[in-house]
Amino acid sequence: MAIALKSTADFLHLKKHNLASLSRLSSGKAFVSTKRFTPMATVTTATTLGLADTFSKLKTQGKVALIPYITAGDPDLSTTTEALKVLDSCGADIIELGVPYSDPLADGPVIQAAATRSLARGTNFNAILSMLKEVVPELSCPIALFTYYNPILKRGVEKFLSTVKDVGIHGLVVPDVPLEETEILRREALKNKIELVLLTTPTTPIDRMKAIVEASEGFVYLVSSIGVTGARASVSDRVQTLIGEIKEATTKPVAVGFGISKPEHVKQVAGWGADGVIVGSAMVKLLGEAESPEDGLKALEIFTKSLKSALA
Amino acid sequence: MASTATSTATCRLSNPLSSSSSFSSGLPVKFNKFIALPTPVKAFSISCTLTTDPVPAAPVSMDPDPAGWQRPDSFGRFGIFGGKYVPETLMFALSELETAFHLLSRDQKFQEELAGILKDYVGRESPLYFAERLSEHYKGPNGEGPDIYLKREDLNHTGAHKINNAVAQALLAKHLGKKRIIAETGAGQHGVATATVCARFGLQCIIYMGAQDMERQALNVFRMRLLGAEVRAVHSGTATLKDATSEAIRDWVTNVETTHYILGSVAGPHPYPMMVREFHAVIGKETRKQALEKWGGKPDVLVACVGGGSNAMGLFHEFVDDKDVRLIGVEAAGFGLNSGKHAATLSKGEVGVLHGAMSYLLQDEDGQIIEPHSISAGLDYPGVGPEHSFLKDAGRAEYYSVTDEEALEAFKRLSQLEGIIPALETSHALAYLEKLCPTLPDGTKVVINCSGRGDKDVHTAIKHLQKERKMNDEKSITK
Repeated sequence: MAIALKSTADFLHLKKHNLASLSRLSSGKAFVSTKRFTPMATVTTATTLGLADTFSKLKTQGKVALIPYITAGDPDLSTTTEALKVLDSCGADIIELGVPYSDPLADGPVIQAAATRSLARGTNFNAILSMLKEVVPELSCPIALFTYYNPILKRGVEKFLSTVKDVGIHGLVVPDVPLEETEILRREALKNKIELVLLTTPTTPIDRMKAIVEASEGFVYLVSSIGVTGARASVSDRVQTLIGEIKEATTKPVAVGFGISKPEHVKQVAGWGADGVIVGSAMVKLLGEAESPEDGLKALEIFTKSLKSALA
Repeated sequence: MASTATSTATCRLSNPLSSSSSFSSGLPVKFNKFIALPTPVKAFSISCTLTTDPVPAAPVSMDPDPAGWQRPDSFGRFGIFGGKYVPETLMFALSELETAFHLLSRDQKFQEELAGILKDYVGRESPLYFAERLSEHYKGPNGEGPDIYLKREDLNHTGAHKINNAVAQALLAKHLGKKRIIAETGAGQHGVATATVCARFGLQCIIYMGAQDMERQALNVFRMRLLGAEVRAVHSGTATLKDATSEAIRDWVTNVETTHYILGSVAGPHPYPMMVREFHAVIGKETRKQALEKWGGKPDVLVACVGGGSNAMGLFHEFVDDKDVRLIGVEAAGFGLNSGKHAATLSKGEVGVLHGAMSYLLQDEDGQIIEPHSISAGLDYPGVGPEHSFLKDAGRAEYYSVTDEEALEAFKRLSQLEGIIPALETSHALAYLEKLCPTLPDGTKVVINCSGRGDKDVHTAIKHLQKERKMNDEKSITK
């Protein structure tokens, strides 16, 4: 409780500083990470921080993490490469990269359609790995993969985790593996120093939530609403209570996702004490529905900046 | 510690029986321990094989006596199969469902109510019918051969075994206080059964069906609508059963607080495979009793078709511990096992996770689910119930496959020899008799689960049989 209050205070205190760094952003250096200009970054240029460390750093700066999500290979992998760079340079603190899957149970229509398009274009996991190998060294923020369990199992849990580690991935979110089934994944993730992020939801009873946050690495992923991914008109007030409950159970950072699609949402959730906000379908839609990849990337840049300023 | 943990869970979840709640209430202590725990040797040896093998093989030390098997254990696992691979949002609903199921299975009043509906509404018990002319057909030149019996699930209300499960789950939903029902359907049989029981119990009913299947099974779509159900077309993915199932699960994730999902097979996350099996177990129980009455013994061989595998599990379950009873499941080989167009999951699939359970699946090298093919929409599913995967690996049940063409032959054969038009699903089980019967000693008692009637398939059959006739005609002309 005390911590939550303190971080809110910090957040208000540092508002001006954030605005200053944003004005620098909008002055045309869109493809250069602003982080390299901050004093903290001089310490971290050698290696990108992991998820939990990224949150710790932001916390000392009184900032809330912006975590965009995009689907790999939609509309194609070279656009994904560029999109990762755009997100990174526009102030993403962590990027969630979705691996397209044929049966994405936890996803709403927007991300389903993106996955279908990506697979129809022939995107496969090896191609995603090659793409990551190229682009990750150019990014200053860590990447967490969002993937369903079957592609992991097919490759072999151990092999999957060591492979993604090799291309520079820091975190993993597997939406169809609840706590009970995480044993093998957790063991291999620990071995490879990949942070396995677990999800808690509005239907999760408190005792179960406590076990989940205890086991979650990197941060705690709070699903804001009952349902699948996808934009919603508003964020339920319930989220505020849920953030409070999680904060009482753990000192780990909490990021809120599912249904967060507008600067107002981002601002509201940050105001409720979240340490991070995850925006997915709204990003995916911009890339997927653009006339051309260039238009999509431009729209993505504008949107990401608008979210970043809402967090300032 | 365990007892404290359970009582915490009881207060919070009012869910004393759920394995998951007592597990999750293990709380930090348990999880700290879990991280620090030296990895067990067995687990290490498993991870070593992972590079070549996607998933650890079945447990090494298995009780040779089926009576010692946990089907399932407290995590809902049958060996390595089963489990609950679903979004966290559903976990509470699944443990709530499991608790309700356990409570009601011991509740005398509920059991009586269910038995009454099964008798007067569904029309149980279903006969165990001696198929005299079919048996005659399989007699060798010396007049010897097996005696073939049909367990007549096709005589149930709505024409298939599916109603056993739908009735019981609707009653269960009523006890859970959930008035909105959702279900997935492929051929439409489970959809019709669900729409039927929803009409009977006054529940709102929404059926998810692949847009492509709606076209193939227009008659069943009409039946469901007539029964008051809303049929929602699913256009995503390949617009068939797997996509309808995914969409039903998404609906459930979104409306879990008001909605019960009547899953139609022994598939999906725990407790569904166990629960649906129990609701169909009446098939095997009746068969044991009827066999005893008819010939004073047990069946020697049980044969059933397997898509998801509910009719087969319903028949097998009662006899799994009777090691002298052979259990045979027959899958759909479509255009042939090597054609790449089939639904023979157990014969050709690999272990993976789909729709909440670990089981054999049809998948590509990237772990993407492959679209199956079968002439029978009810077998046209890329997964299979986890207990079948377990029984296969344990060597307790045998699984074979039959092509579209062989199934059509059996469809005609039963119609002509017994005056019973079987469902195309059931026809797969019947088709396997061609290979099985010549290998059986005289007087072997074979029970086939006649899981459904074939009226719904007449349209499909006409198309294929006409094609066949046309080809034959062309052949005779060229001669």
